[in-house]
Amino acid sequence: MKSGLTRELICMRVAKKFRDGDYVNLGIGLPTQVSSFVPDNVNVILHCENGMMGYGRIAHPEEIDPELVNAGSEPVTLKPGASFFDSATSFAMIRGGHVNVTVMGAFQVSEEGDLANWMRTERGVGSVGGAMDLVSGSKKVIAAMEHTTRAGHPRIVRKCTHPLTGRACVNLIITDLAVIEVTPAGLVLKEVAPGVTAEEVQKVTEPRLIISPELKEMEL
Amino acid sequence: MSRIYPSAEAAVADIPDGASIMVGGFGVTGLPFTLIKALADRGAKNLTLIANSAGGRLPDIDLTLLVKNGQVRKVIASYPVYSGRVSAFEERHLRGEIELEMVPQGTFAERIRAGGAGIPAFYTPTGAGTRLAEGKESRVFSGKEHVLESALRADFALIRAHRADMMGNLTYHRAARNFNPVMATAAAITIAEVDEIVDTGSIDPEAVVTPSIYVDRIIKGKPHEIRFD
Repeated sequence: MKSGLTRELICMRVAKKFRDGDYVNLGIGLPTQVSSFVPDNVNVILHCENGMMGYGRIAHPEEIDPELVNAGSEPVTLKPGASFFDSATSFAMIRGGHVNVTVMGAFQVSEEGDLANWMRTERGVGSVGGAMDLVSGSKKVIAAMEHTTRAGHPRIVRKCTHPLTGRACVNLIITDLAVIEVTPAGLVLKEVAPGVTAEEVQKVTEPRLIISPELKEMEL
Repeated sequence: MSRIYPSAEAAVADIPDGASIMVGGFGVTGLPFTLIKALADRGAKNLTLIANSAGGRLPDIDLTLLVKNGQVRKVIASYPVYSGRVSAFEERHLRGEIELEMVPQGTFAERIRAGGAGIPAFYTPTGAGTRLAEGKESRVFSGKEHVLESALRADFALIRAHRADMMGNLTYHRAARNFNPVMATAAAITIAEVDEIVDTGSIDPEAVVTPSIYVDRIIKGKPHEIRFD
């Protein structure tokens, strides 16, 4: 299989999607790393479901406050203008549609934008966390993920086989190989990783991809 | 009667077998570690725990203590297990020894808020069309499916705050706030573990997060080391 971007470069590509003034929630796993790649010239306010907004990058060892952590229990830094609130208030912001963008890790995304990211069927138990609230309340949901499983099977599928987090909730998929938009007409391939062709992306993607007329190489 | 208790042991001494207990905290932050240890030492059995996670990040000091002691019958949680590690809870749950009610985290927080605020149930869009909505009533509002969720209350809430005055007004420290203020509202008896107890009147009323009406017992917690991996 073609090798694509590293996890850090996926995070960098995700971070470039943010617009000045966006309130953004980063899901546990790969997405939490995005906080270290937000460009200095874009003022993004990061919201975290454990009850804070306005945090910055992952903390260096000498900066750690054990009670200042992101949703993945990783120590982070604070930026000027930060605030703290309780969990009920935090999810009122989420369900109330105040968070513009959510970035989620994913086990699978379907052709119609269904997301499965909280339980692998074979484990017998999972952790839903705030994922179902975030996908039902956020204006835009970005799935940030590796394009295939370790065994090389597609994660972008016709129908999710793992339990769903939400139906038709993903707007954009960013992987190590491609940027794909979920549209009513189907999945539109917008960008490919450097050195990767549209045909190579299609080979590891279950549904048929619509090739955007403006298909381009990812800018990092 | 003073709300300041001499020890964690004294504060949890009347928690009976079969009690439902809310426990604050998220991941490694804001857990009432001193009260959890006292409850493990007390040994009350057949407990229903209402907590965001079922322990496993800090197994020597978190809810894993109660799980390993065989004190837990049921867990209501949004994040019961962590990726990349198998907790004592996961093993016992998969063996059928501990029941699990999985709740989306925002619904979990709102069910507790509703419980404390006298709202018996509410509709939410969260979880509609997923297996966590199966068997629940649903209704369409503004063209979108919503799920009926019921309030949560408990016999006891064990919470952690940063500072308490003698009356029980509480302030918190950074992300350790999380579920603690909302759980304080939804239990018959709320027990707060704090870093420091100060004179009544020395907390700015504008800064109080949990007003004293919600707090029944206060203890000074022991410091705990939080390890990151």
